[in-house]
Amino acid sequence: MKIVIWVTEGTWTACVDAARDLPADHTVLLHVIDADSIEAAEGARAGLLGRGLADNTATTGTLTAAQARLLDAAEARLGRPTQREARHGRPEREVVAACTTADLLVLARDGDRGRLGPRSIGPHTRFVIDHAPCRVLLLWPEPPPGLETMPPPPHRPRRA
Amino acid sequence: MVNTAVGLLVLAGVLGFAVARPRGLPEAAAALPGAAVVVAAGLVPWHEVRAEVAALAPTVGFLAAVLVLAHLADEHGVFAYAGTLVGAASRGSPQRLLRLVFVLASVVTAVLSLDATVVLLTPIVLATATGIGVRPKPHLYACGHLANTGSLLLPVSNLTNLLAFTASGLGFTRFAALMVLPWLAVITVEYVIFRRMFALDLTATAPPLTPARRSAHPPWYAIGVLVVTLAGFALAEPVGVHPAWVAAVGAAALAVPRLARKPLGEAGRLVRAANLPFCAFVFGLGVVVQAVRSGPVGDLVDHLVPGDTGLLGLLAAALLAAVLANLVNNLPATLMLVPLVAHSPGLVLAVLIGVNIGPNLTYVGSLATLLWRQVLHTRDHSPGIGEFLRLGIVTVPACLLVGVGTLWASLHLVGLP
Repeated sequence: MKIVIWVTEGTWTACVDAARDLPADHTVLLHVIDADSIEAAEGARAGLLGRGLADNTATTGTLTAAQARLLDAAEARLGRPTQREARHGRPEREVVAACTTADLLVLARDGDRGRLGPRSIGPHTRFVIDHAPCRVLLLWPEPPPGLETMPPPPHRPRRA
Repeated sequence: MVNTAVGLLVLAGVLGFAVARPRGLPEAAAALPGAAVVVAAGLVPWHEVRAEVAALAPTVGFLAAVLVLAHLADEHGVFAYAGTLVGAASRGSPQRLLRLVFVLASVVTAVLSLDATVVLLTPIVLATATGIGVRPKPHLYACGHLANTGSLLLPVSNLTNLLAFTASGLGFTRFAALMVLPWLAVITVEYVIFRRMFALDLTATAPPLTPARRSAHPPWYAIGVLVVTLAGFALAEPVGVHPAWVAAVGAAALAVPRLARKPLGEAGRLVRAANLPFCAFVFGLGVVVQAVRSGPVGDLVDHLVPGDTGLLGLLAAALLAAVLANLVNNLPATLMLVPLVAHSPGLVLAVLIGVNIGPNLTYVGSLATLLWRQVLHTRDHSPGIGEFLRLGIVTVPACLLVGVGTLWASLHLVGLP
Protein backbone atom coordinates (compact mmCIF):
# COMPACT_ATOMS: atom_id res chain seq x y z
CA MET A 1 0.00 0.00 0.00
CA LYS A 2 1.28 3.47 -0.91
CA ILE A 3 0.38 6.19 1.54
CA VAL A 4 0.91 9.91 1.21
CA ILE A 5 1.23 11.96 4.39
CA TRP A 6 0.39 15.64 3.92
CA VAL A 7 2.75 17.46 6.27
CA THR A 8 1.59 20.94 7.27
CA GLU A 9 2.99 23.25 9.93
CA GLY A 10 1.29 22.87 13.26
CA THR A 11 -0.64 19.66 12.58
CA TRP A 12 1.91 17.27 11.02
CA THR A 13 2.74 15.32 14.19
CA ALA A 14 -0.76 13.81 14.37
CA CYS A 15 -0.50 12.59 10.77
CA VAL A 16 2.93 11.04 11.24
CA ASP A 17 1.87 9.31 14.49
CA ALA A 18 -1.21 7.80 12.83
CA ALA A 19 0.73 6.69 9.75
CA ARG A 20 3.29 4.85 11.86
CA ASP A 21 0.74 2.10 12.62
CA LEU A 22 -0.41 1.68 9.01
CA PRO A 23 0.79 -1.29 6.93
CA ALA A 24 2.52 0.69 4.21
CA ASP A 25 5.24 -0.55 1.91
CA HIS A 26 5.70 2.89 0.37
CA THR A 27 5.37 6.10 2.39
CA VAL A 28 5.54 9.56 0.85
CA LEU A 29 6.00 12.67 2.98
CA LEU A 30 4.48 15.61 1.13
CA HIS A 31 4.85 19.29 1.91
CA VAL A 32 3.69 22.22 -0.23
CA ILE A 33 5.05 25.76 -0.01
CA ASP A 34 2.08 28.07 -0.50
CA ALA A 35 2.78 30.29 -3.53
CA ASP A 36 0.79 33.01 -1.78
CA SER A 37 3.44 33.13 0.96
CA ILE A 38 6.07 34.00 -1.62
CA GLU A 39 3.81 36.60 -3.20
CA ALA A 40 3.08 38.10 0.23
CA ALA A 41 6.78 38.93 0.59
CA GLU A 42 7.53 39.77 -3.05
CA GLY A 43 4.40 41.83 -3.72
CA ALA A 44 5.36 44.28 -1.00
CA ARG A 45 8.78 44.75 -2.65
CA ALA A 46 7.10 45.38 -6.00
CA GLY A 47 5.02 48.08 -4.30
CA LEU A 48 8.12 50.16 -3.58
CA LEU A 49 8.24 52.18 -6.79
CA GLY A 50 11.56 53.53 -7.94
CA ARG A 51 13.84 51.66 -5.51
CA GLY A 52 15.32 49.43 -8.18
CA LEU A 53 14.36 46.28 -6.24
CA ALA A 54 14.27 42.92 -7.94
CA ASP A 55 12.35 39.97 -6.50
CA ASN A 56 14.26 38.51 -3.59
CA THR A 57 15.25 34.92 -4.31
CA ALA A 58 16.13 34.51 -0.62
CA THR A 59 12.39 34.28 0.16
CA THR A 60 12.04 31.05 -1.77
CA GLY A 61 15.38 29.89 -0.34
CA THR A 62 14.25 30.38 3.26
CA LEU A 63 10.94 28.63 2.61
CA THR A 64 12.67 25.71 0.87
CA ALA A 65 15.12 25.29 3.75
CA ALA A 66 12.24 25.35 6.24
CA GLN A 67 10.41 22.76 4.12
CA ALA A 68 13.46 20.48 4.22
CA ARG A 69 13.74 20.86 8.01
CA LEU A 70 10.06 20.04 8.44
CA LEU A 71 10.35 16.93 6.26
CA ASP A 72 13.50 15.91 8.20
CA ALA A 73 11.61 16.21 11.47
CA ALA A 74 8.65 14.25 10.07
CA GLU A 75 10.87 11.44 8.79
CA ALA A 76 12.73 11.25 12.09
CA ARG A 77 9.43 11.05 13.98
CA LEU A 78 8.08 8.38 11.64
CA GLY A 79 11.21 6.31 12.13
CA ARG A 80 11.33 4.60 8.74
CA PRO A 81 12.67 5.56 5.32
CA THR A 82 10.28 7.54 3.15
CA GLN A 83 10.07 9.19 -0.19
CA ARG A 84 9.92 12.97 0.12
CA GLU A 85 7.88 15.16 -2.08
CA ALA A 86 8.66 18.88 -1.74
CA ARG A 87 6.37 20.96 -3.88
CA HIS A 88 5.33 24.57 -4.22
CA GLY A 89 2.24 26.16 -5.68
CA ARG A 90 -1.38 26.12 -4.63
CA PRO A 91 -1.42 23.64 -1.75
CA GLU A 92 -4.84 22.08 -2.40
CA ARG A 93 -4.08 21.40 -6.07
CA GLU A 94 -0.54 20.18 -5.45
CA VAL A 95 -1.76 17.70 -2.85
CA VAL A 96 -4.40 16.25 -5.15
CA ALA A 97 -1.81 15.98 -7.93
CA ALA A 98 0.60 14.18 -5.59
CA CYS A 99 -2.02 11.51 -4.81
CA THR A 100 -2.59 10.18 -8.33
CA THR A 101 -0.91 6.82 -7.64
CA ALA A 102 -1.54 6.68 -3.89
CA ASP A 103 -3.83 4.27 -2.08
CA LEU A 104 -4.32 6.43 0.98
CA LEU A 105 -3.84 10.09 1.86
CA VAL A 106 -3.31 10.98 5.52
CA LEU A 107 -4.17 14.55 6.49
CA ALA A 108 -5.31 16.59 9.48
CA ARG A 109 -8.23 18.90 10.07
CA ASP A 110 -7.04 22.49 9.90
CA GLY A 111 -10.24 24.43 10.48
CA ASP A 112 -11.77 26.19 13.46
CA ARG A 113 -12.05 23.24 15.86
CA GLY A 114 -13.48 25.41 18.62
CA ARG A 115 -16.88 25.33 16.90
CA LEU A 116 -17.58 21.94 15.38
CA GLY A 117 -19.46 22.12 12.11
CA PRO A 118 -18.69 22.86 8.48
CA ARG A 119 -15.87 25.23 9.42
CA SER A 120 -13.88 22.70 11.39
CA ILE A 121 -12.34 21.80 8.04
CA GLY A 122 -10.54 24.60 6.22
CA PRO A 123 -11.05 25.35 2.52
CA HIS A 124 -7.77 23.74 1.35
CA THR A 125 -8.49 20.54 3.27
CA ARG A 126 -12.09 20.58 2.06
CA PHE A 127 -10.89 20.79 -1.56
CA VAL A 128 -8.47 17.91 -1.06
CA ILE A 129 -11.09 15.70 0.59
CA ASP A 130 -13.45 16.33 -2.31
CA HIS A 131 -10.96 15.75 -5.10
CA ALA A 132 -8.33 13.30 -3.83
CA PRO A 133 -8.24 10.26 -6.18
CA CYS A 134 -7.72 7.81 -3.29
CA ARG A 135 -8.98 6.92 0.16
CA VAL A 136 -8.53 9.61 2.78
CA LEU A 137 -7.68 9.31 6.46
CA LEU A 138 -8.78 12.50 8.20
CA LEU A 139 -7.33 13.07 11.65
CA TRP A 140 -7.79 15.36 14.59
CA PRO A 141 -4.53 17.17 15.40
CA GLU A 142 -5.50 16.82 19.06
CA PRO A 143 -7.54 14.04 20.75
CA PRO A 144 -10.97 13.76 19.10
CA PRO A 145 -13.88 15.55 20.79
CA GLY A 146 -16.10 13.65 23.22
CA LEU A 147 -19.70 12.68 22.60
CA GLU A 148 -20.91 15.59 24.71
CA THR A 149 -19.89 17.99 21.94
CA MET A 150 -22.71 16.61 19.77
CA PRO A 151 -25.55 19.14 19.61
CA PRO A 152 -29.03 18.07 20.74
CA PRO A 153 -31.26 16.76 17.94
CA PRO A 154 -33.22 19.46 16.14
CA HIS A 155 -36.51 20.30 17.80
CA ARG A 156 -39.50 18.93 15.92
CA PRO A 157 -42.97 20.34 16.57
CA ARG A 158 -45.26 17.50 17.70
CA ARG A 159 -48.18 16.78 15.45
CA ALA A 160 -51.57 17.21 16.96
CA MET B 1 -4.03 70.52 -25.43
CA VAL B 2 -0.86 69.19 -27.08
CA ASN B 3 1.07 70.13 -23.94
CA THR B 4 -1.28 68.13 -21.75
CA ALA B 5 -0.97 65.11 -24.02
CA VAL B 6 2.83 65.36 -23.99
CA GLY B 7 2.92 65.69 -20.20
CA LEU B 8 0.61 62.70 -19.68
CA LEU B 9 2.50 60.58 -22.21
CA VAL B 10 5.83 61.30 -20.52
CA LEU B 11 4.36 60.54 -17.09
CA ALA B 12 2.88 57.28 -18.39
CA GLY B 13 6.22 56.40 -19.97
CA VAL B 14 8.17 57.13 -16.77
CA LEU B 15 5.77 55.09 -14.62
CA GLY B 16 5.47 52.28 -17.15
CA PHE B 17 9.24 52.01 -17.30
CA ALA B 18 9.46 51.99 -13.50
CA VAL B 19 6.92 49.15 -13.31
CA ALA B 20 8.36 46.99 -16.10
CA ARG B 21 12.06 47.84 -15.56
CA PRO B 22 13.31 46.57 -18.94
CA ARG B 23 16.74 44.91 -18.63
CA GLY B 24 16.68 45.71 -14.91
CA LEU B 25 17.64 49.32 -15.62
CA PRO B 26 17.15 51.77 -12.74
CA GLU B 27 13.89 53.72 -12.83
CA ALA B 28 15.82 56.99 -13.10
CA ALA B 29 16.90 55.93 -16.60
CA ALA B 30 13.45 57.00 -17.81
CA ALA B 31 12.59 59.63 -15.20
CA LEU B 32 15.54 61.93 -15.92
CA PRO B 33 15.12 61.93 -19.73
CA GLY B 34 11.38 62.34 -19.11
CA ALA B 35 12.06 65.43 -17.04
CA ALA B 36 14.36 66.74 -19.79
CA VAL B 37 11.61 66.26 -22.38
CA VAL B 38 8.97 68.20 -20.44
CA VAL B 39 11.46 71.01 -19.82
CA ALA B 40 12.58 71.07 -23.47
CA ALA B 41 8.95 71.11 -24.60
CA GLY B 42 8.43 74.19 -22.47
CA LEU B 43 5.89 72.51 -20.18
CA VAL B 44 7.78 73.59 -17.08
CA PRO B 45 9.75 76.85 -17.22
CA TRP B 46 13.37 76.61 -16.13
CA HIS B 47 12.92 78.72 -12.98
CA GLU B 48 10.12 76.41 -11.83
CA VAL B 49 12.37 73.39 -12.35
CA ARG B 50 14.96 75.01 -10.13
CA ALA B 51 12.32 75.81 -7.51
CA GLU B 52 10.96 72.22 -7.59
CA VAL B 53 14.43 70.71 -7.29
CA ALA B 54 15.31 73.11 -4.47
CA ALA B 55 12.08 72.22 -2.68
CA LEU B 56 12.71 68.49 -3.08
CA ALA B 57 16.40 68.61 -2.16
CA PRO B 58 16.06 68.48 1.67
CA THR B 59 13.44 65.74 1.33
CA VAL B 60 15.64 63.62 -0.91
CA GLY B 61 18.61 64.23 1.40
CA PHE B 62 16.47 63.09 4.33
CA LEU B 63 15.40 60.03 2.33
CA ALA B 64 18.99 59.04 1.56
CA ALA B 65 20.01 59.52 5.20
CA VAL B 66 17.13 57.36 6.47
CA LEU B 67 17.93 54.62 3.95
CA VAL B 68 21.54 54.60 5.15
CA LEU B 69 20.43 54.66 8.80
CA ALA B 70 18.20 51.60 8.29
CA HIS B 71 20.93 49.77 6.36
CA LEU B 72 23.41 50.39 9.17
CA ALA B 73 20.93 49.33 11.84
CA ASP B 74 20.61 46.07 9.91
CA GLU B 75 24.39 45.70 9.65
CA HIS B 76 24.67 46.21 13.40
CA GLY B 77 22.26 43.30 13.83
CA VAL B 78 19.29 45.27 15.16
CA PHE B 79 16.73 43.44 13.01
CA ALA B 80 18.26 40.02 13.56
CA TYR B 81 18.22 40.65 17.31
CA ALA B 82 14.58 41.76 17.17
CA GLY B 83 13.81 38.57 15.24
CA THR B 84 15.33 36.26 17.85
CA LEU B 85 13.59 38.25 20.58
CA VAL B 86 10.08 37.94 19.10
CA GLY B 87 10.77 34.33 18.10
CA ALA B 88 11.60 33.39 21.68
CA ALA B 89 8.76 35.47 23.14
CA SER B 90 6.16 33.85 20.88
CA ARG B 91 6.84 30.41 22.43
CA GLY B 92 5.66 28.58 19.31
CA SER B 93 2.27 30.29 19.18
CA PRO B 94 1.47 31.80 15.76
CA GLN B 95 -1.03 34.17 17.37
CA ARG B 96 1.50 35.52 19.83
CA LEU B 97 4.01 35.83 17.01
CA LEU B 98 1.48 37.82 14.96
CA ARG B 99 0.94 40.25 17.85
CA LEU B 100 4.69 40.72 18.24
CA VAL B 101 5.21 41.14 14.50
CA PHE B 102 2.48 43.79 14.48
CA VAL B 103 4.29 45.75 17.19
CA LEU B 104 7.71 45.28 15.63
CA ALA B 105 6.68 46.13 12.06
CA SER B 106 4.74 49.20 13.22
CA VAL B 107 7.68 50.53 15.21
CA VAL B 108 10.28 49.77 12.52
CA THR B 109 8.11 51.41 9.86
CA ALA B 110 7.47 54.48 11.99
CA VAL B 111 11.12 55.01 12.97
CA LEU B 112 13.09 53.73 9.97
CA SER B 113 10.51 53.99 7.14
CA LEU B 114 8.51 51.48 5.18
CA ASP B 115 11.51 50.51 3.07
CA ALA B 116 13.20 49.12 6.18
CA THR B 117 10.15 46.97 6.97
CA VAL B 118 9.74 45.60 3.45
CA VAL B 119 13.39 45.08 2.56
CA LEU B 120 15.10 44.39 5.89
CA LEU B 121 12.49 43.23 8.39
CA THR B 122 10.38 40.92 6.18
CA PRO B 123 13.18 38.35 5.60
CA ILE B 124 13.84 38.32 9.35
CA VAL B 125 10.16 37.73 10.13
CA LEU B 126 10.06 34.94 7.53
CA ALA B 127 13.12 33.28 9.08
CA THR B 128 11.62 33.66 12.57
CA ALA B 129 8.24 32.19 11.63
CA THR B 130 9.69 29.23 9.74
CA GLY B 131 12.29 28.76 12.50
CA ILE B 132 9.59 28.13 15.09
CA GLY B 133 7.62 26.01 12.64
CA VAL B 134 4.48 28.11 12.11
CA ARG B 135 2.88 29.01 8.78
CA PRO B 136 4.58 32.25 7.78
CA LYS B 137 1.91 33.68 5.50
CA PRO B 138 -0.04 35.87 7.97
CA HIS B 139 3.18 37.29 9.35
CA LEU B 140 4.51 38.11 5.88
CA TYR B 141 1.25 39.82 4.95
CA ALA B 142 1.43 41.70 8.25
CA CYS B 143 4.84 43.13 7.30
CA GLY B 144 3.55 44.15 3.87
CA HIS B 145 0.41 45.78 5.22
CA LEU B 146 2.03 47.50 8.19
CA ALA B 147 4.75 48.97 5.96
CA ASN B 148 1.84 51.03 4.62
CA THR B 149 -0.60 51.46 7.51
CA GLY B 150 2.21 51.72 10.06
CA SER B 151 3.77 54.62 8.15
CA LEU B 152 1.34 57.29 9.33
CA LEU B 153 3.12 58.28 12.52
CA LEU B 154 6.25 60.29 11.74
CA PRO B 155 7.48 62.41 8.83
CA VAL B 156 10.33 59.87 8.40
CA SER B 157 8.04 56.84 8.18
CA ASN B 158 7.27 57.11 4.47
CA LEU B 159 8.66 59.04 1.51
CA THR B 160 5.12 60.36 0.99
CA ASN B 161 5.22 61.85 4.50
CA LEU B 162 8.59 63.45 3.77
CA LEU B 163 7.19 64.99 0.60
CA ALA B 164 4.16 66.35 2.44
CA PHE B 165 5.90 67.32 5.65
CA THR B 166 7.51 70.54 4.39
CA ALA B 167 4.34 71.56 2.56
CA SER B 168 2.19 70.99 5.64
CA GLY B 169 4.07 73.61 7.64
CA LEU B 170 3.74 71.36 10.70
CA GLY B 171 6.63 70.74 13.07
CA PHE B 172 7.96 67.22 13.62
CA THR B 173 6.34 66.90 17.05
CA ARG B 174 2.98 68.27 16.04
CA PHE B 175 2.88 66.02 12.98
CA ALA B 176 3.46 63.03 15.28
CA ALA B 177 0.96 64.27 17.87
CA LEU B 178 -1.76 64.62 15.22
CA MET B 179 -1.01 61.24 13.65
CA VAL B 180 -0.49 59.07 16.73
CA LEU B 181 -4.20 58.41 17.23
CA PRO B 182 -4.89 57.50 13.56
CA TRP B 183 -1.73 55.36 13.57
CA LEU B 184 -2.81 53.34 16.61
CA ALA B 185 -6.39 53.08 15.38
CA VAL B 186 -5.60 51.75 11.89
CA ILE B 187 -3.07 49.25 13.25
CA THR B 188 -5.75 47.95 15.61
CA VAL B 189 -8.23 47.63 12.74
CA GLU B 190 -5.65 45.70 10.69
CA TYR B 191 -4.96 43.39 13.62
CA VAL B 192 -8.63 42.55 14.19
CA ILE B 193 -9.12 41.83 10.48
CA PHE B 194 -5.93 39.74 10.26
CA ARG B 195 -6.98 37.60 13.20
CA ARG B 196 -10.27 36.85 11.45
CA MET B 197 -9.00 36.38 7.90
CA PHE B 198 -6.04 34.19 8.85
CA ALA B 199 -7.81 32.36 11.67
CA LEU B 200 -7.02 28.96 10.11
CA ASP B 201 -3.30 29.60 9.69
CA LEU B 202 -3.12 30.96 13.22
CA THR B 203 -4.86 28.16 15.11
CA ALA B 204 -2.29 25.38 15.03
CA THR B 205 0.44 25.71 17.62
CA ALA B 206 3.58 24.10 16.34
CA PRO B 207 5.88 21.82 18.24
CA PRO B 208 9.28 23.56 18.21
CA LEU B 209 11.44 22.30 15.36
CA THR B 210 14.78 23.73 16.33
CA PRO B 211 15.77 24.46 19.92
CA ALA B 212 15.29 28.17 20.66
CA ARG B 213 18.46 29.98 19.73
CA ARG B 214 20.21 31.72 22.58
CA SER B 215 19.49 35.36 21.94
CA ALA B 216 22.65 37.03 20.75
CA HIS B 217 24.20 39.94 22.56
CA PRO B 218 21.88 42.93 22.13
CA PRO B 219 23.38 45.56 19.78
CA TRP B 220 23.12 48.24 22.47
CA TYR B 221 25.24 50.81 20.67
CA ALA B 222 23.05 50.77 17.54
CA ILE B 223 19.82 50.76 19.57
CA GLY B 224 21.13 53.70 21.61
CA VAL B 225 22.01 55.67 18.47
CA LEU B 226 18.54 55.02 17.02
CA VAL B 227 16.81 56.22 20.21
CA VAL B 228 18.97 59.36 20.37
CA THR B 229 18.36 60.04 16.65
CA LEU B 230 14.61 59.73 17.17
CA ALA B 231 14.74 62.15 20.09
CA GLY B 232 16.96 64.39 17.97
CA PHE B 233 14.27 64.66 15.26
CA ALA B 234 11.87 66.17 17.77
CA LEU B 235 14.40 68.33 19.63
CA ALA B 236 16.47 69.72 16.75
CA GLU B 237 13.63 71.06 14.68
CA PRO B 238 12.45 73.87 17.01
CA VAL B 239 15.99 75.26 16.95
CA GLY B 240 15.95 75.32 13.16
CA VAL B 241 17.89 72.14 12.32
CA HIS B 242 16.28 70.14 9.51
CA PRO B 243 15.65 66.47 10.49
CA ALA B 244 17.74 65.42 7.47
CA TRP B 245 20.84 66.57 9.40
CA VAL B 246 19.81 64.61 12.48
CA ALA B 247 19.35 61.47 10.37
CA ALA B 248 22.74 62.08 8.77
CA VAL B 249 24.44 62.45 12.17
CA GLY B 250 22.73 59.25 13.39
CA ALA B 251 23.89 57.41 10.27
CA ALA B 252 27.41 58.75 10.74
CA ALA B 253 27.47 57.56 14.35
CA LEU B 254 26.55 54.05 13.19
CA ALA B 255 28.94 54.16 10.24
CA VAL B 256 32.08 55.20 12.16
CA PRO B 257 32.83 51.88 13.95
CA ARG B 258 32.30 49.95 10.70
CA LEU B 259 34.24 52.42 8.53
CA ALA B 260 37.15 52.24 10.94
CA ARG B 261 37.37 48.48 10.38
CA LYS B 262 36.96 48.27 6.58
CA PRO B 263 36.98 51.78 5.09
CA LEU B 264 36.67 51.05 1.36
CA GLY B 265 34.21 48.19 1.24
CA GLU B 266 31.97 49.81 3.83
CA ALA B 267 31.96 53.19 2.07
CA GLY B 268 30.84 51.45 -1.12
CA ARG B 269 28.02 49.71 0.72
CA LEU B 270 26.90 53.01 2.27
CA VAL B 271 26.69 54.71 -1.13
CA ARG B 272 24.67 51.76 -2.44
CA ALA B 273 22.39 51.96 0.60
CA ALA B 274 21.74 55.66 -0.06
CA ASN B 275 20.27 54.48 -3.40
CA LEU B 276 21.27 57.50 -5.49
CA PRO B 277 19.38 56.28 -8.60
CA PHE B 278 16.22 56.31 -6.47
CA CYS B 279 16.98 59.88 -5.32
CA ALA B 280 17.45 60.88 -8.98
CA PHE B 281 14.16 59.17 -9.81
CA VAL B 282 12.34 61.28 -7.20
CA PHE B 283 13.76 64.51 -8.71
CA GLY B 284 12.84 63.42 -12.24
CA LEU B 285 9.35 62.30 -11.25
CA GLY B 286 8.85 65.58 -9.37
CA VAL B 287 9.50 67.62 -12.52
CA VAL B 288 7.35 65.38 -14.75
CA VAL B 289 4.42 65.45 -12.31
CA GLN B 290 4.75 69.21 -12.11
CA ALA B 291 4.26 69.40 -15.88
CA VAL B 292 1.01 67.45 -15.56
CA ARG B 293 -0.13 69.35 -12.48
CA SER B 294 0.19 72.74 -14.13
CA GLY B 295 -2.15 71.74 -17.00
CA PRO B 296 -5.85 70.87 -17.22
CA VAL B 297 -5.33 67.54 -15.41
CA GLY B 298 -4.05 69.45 -12.41
CA ASP B 299 -7.07 71.77 -12.65
CA LEU B 300 -9.36 68.74 -12.73
CA VAL B 301 -7.75 67.19 -9.65
CA ASP B 302 -7.76 70.59 -7.99
CA HIS B 303 -11.50 70.73 -8.69
CA LEU B 304 -11.95 67.36 -6.96
CA VAL B 305 -9.96 68.36 -3.87
CA PRO B 306 -12.37 69.40 -1.12
CA GLY B 307 -12.10 72.92 0.24
CA ASP B 308 -13.12 72.42 3.84
CA THR B 309 -11.55 70.37 6.62
CA GLY B 310 -14.74 69.05 8.14
CA LEU B 311 -15.06 65.30 8.57
CA LEU B 312 -16.52 64.91 5.06
CA GLY B 313 -13.84 67.10 3.49
CA LEU B 314 -11.08 65.05 5.11
CA LEU B 315 -12.75 61.82 4.04
CA ALA B 316 -13.10 63.04 0.45
CA ALA B 317 -9.42 64.04 0.37
CA ALA B 318 -8.31 60.66 1.73
CA LEU B 319 -10.53 58.76 -0.71
CA LEU B 320 -9.28 60.77 -3.68
CA ALA B 321 -5.69 60.13 -2.56
CA ALA B 322 -6.32 56.41 -2.08
CA VAL B 323 -7.88 56.06 -5.54
CA LEU B 324 -5.04 57.99 -7.22
CA ALA B 325 -2.45 55.95 -5.30
CA ASN B 326 -3.95 52.73 -6.64
CA LEU B 327 -4.17 54.05 -10.17
CA VAL B 328 -0.61 55.36 -10.51
CA ASN B 329 1.26 54.42 -7.29
CA ASN B 330 1.42 56.67 -4.27
CA LEU B 331 4.59 58.64 -5.08
CA PRO B 332 3.20 60.43 -8.14
CA ALA B 333 -0.15 60.70 -6.33
CA THR B 334 1.53 62.52 -3.45
CA LEU B 335 3.52 64.80 -5.76
CA MET B 336 0.29 65.62 -7.56
CA LEU B 337 -1.96 66.20 -4.55
CA VAL B 338 0.18 67.77 -1.86
CA PRO B 339 0.77 71.15 -3.55
CA LEU B 340 -2.99 71.36 -4.17
CA VAL B 341 -3.87 70.93 -0.49
CA ALA B 342 -0.80 72.63 0.99
CA HIS B 343 -2.93 75.53 2.23
CA SER B 344 -4.53 73.25 4.83
CA PRO B 345 -2.44 71.01 7.12
CA GLY B 346 -5.56 68.98 7.94
CA LEU B 347 -6.11 68.14 4.29
CA VAL B 348 -2.42 67.32 3.83
CA LEU B 349 -2.66 64.75 6.64
CA ALA B 350 -5.90 63.34 5.19
CA VAL B 351 -4.17 62.96 1.81
CA LEU B 352 -1.33 61.14 3.58
CA ILE B 353 -3.79 58.73 5.18
CA GLY B 354 -5.13 58.05 1.68
CA VAL B 355 -1.79 57.59 -0.08
CA ASN B 356 -0.28 55.55 2.75
CA ILE B 357 -3.18 53.17 3.43
CA GLY B 358 -4.51 53.05 -0.13
CA PRO B 359 -1.68 50.91 -1.61
CA ASN B 360 -2.80 47.97 0.54
CA LEU B 361 -5.77 47.60 -1.80
CA THR B 362 -3.69 46.38 -4.73
CA TYR B 363 -0.88 45.40 -2.34
CA VAL B 364 1.77 45.59 -5.07
CA GLY B 365 1.53 49.39 -5.17
CA SER B 366 -0.75 50.12 -8.08
CA LEU B 367 -3.05 48.66 -10.67
CA ALA B 368 -0.29 48.85 -13.27
CA THR B 369 2.12 46.81 -11.13
CA LEU B 370 -0.63 44.30 -10.39
CA LEU B 371 -1.33 43.75 -14.08
CA TRP B 372 2.35 43.62 -14.95
CA ARG B 373 3.03 40.95 -12.32
CA GLN B 374 0.14 38.90 -13.68
CA VAL B 375 1.72 39.08 -17.13
CA LEU B 376 5.09 38.01 -15.71
CA HIS B 377 3.54 35.12 -13.81
CA THR B 378 1.50 33.64 -16.64
CA ARG B 379 4.31 31.22 -17.47
CA ASP B 380 5.06 29.83 -13.99
CA HIS B 381 2.78 28.96 -11.08
CA SER B 382 0.71 32.06 -10.88
CA PRO B 383 0.00 32.98 -7.27
CA GLY B 384 -3.65 33.83 -6.73
CA ILE B 385 -4.23 37.55 -6.63
CA GLY B 386 -7.56 36.77 -4.99
CA GLU B 387 -6.14 36.49 -1.52
CA PHE B 388 -4.41 39.83 -1.23
CA LEU B 389 -7.18 41.63 -3.07
CA ARG B 390 -9.66 40.16 -0.58
CA LEU B 391 -7.46 41.28 2.28
CA GLY B 392 -7.17 44.75 0.72
CA ILE B 393 -10.88 45.12 0.07
CA VAL B 394 -11.64 44.35 3.70
CA THR B 395 -8.84 46.35 5.37
CA VAL B 396 -8.47 49.48 3.23
CA PRO B 397 -12.00 50.95 3.48
CA ALA B 398 -12.14 50.17 7.21
CA CYS B 399 -8.71 51.71 7.83
CA LEU B 400 -9.52 54.79 5.74
CA LEU B 401 -12.73 55.44 7.67
CA VAL B 402 -11.17 54.85 11.07
CA GLY B 403 -7.98 56.74 10.14
CA VAL B 404 -9.87 59.81 8.91
CA GLY B 405 -12.29 59.72 11.87
CA THR B 406 -9.43 59.67 14.37
CA LEU B 407 -7.54 62.35 12.41
CA TRP B 408 -10.61 64.57 12.63
CA ALA B 409 -10.73 63.97 16.40
CA SER B 410 -6.97 64.63 16.66
CA LEU B 411 -7.28 67.92 14.79
CA HIS B 412 -9.80 69.02 17.42
CA LEU B 413 -7.90 67.63 20.41
CA VAL B 414 -4.36 68.66 19.46
CA GLY B 415 -5.19 71.63 17.26
CA LEU B 416 -3.19 73.25 14.48
CA PRO B 417 -0.49 75.86 14.98
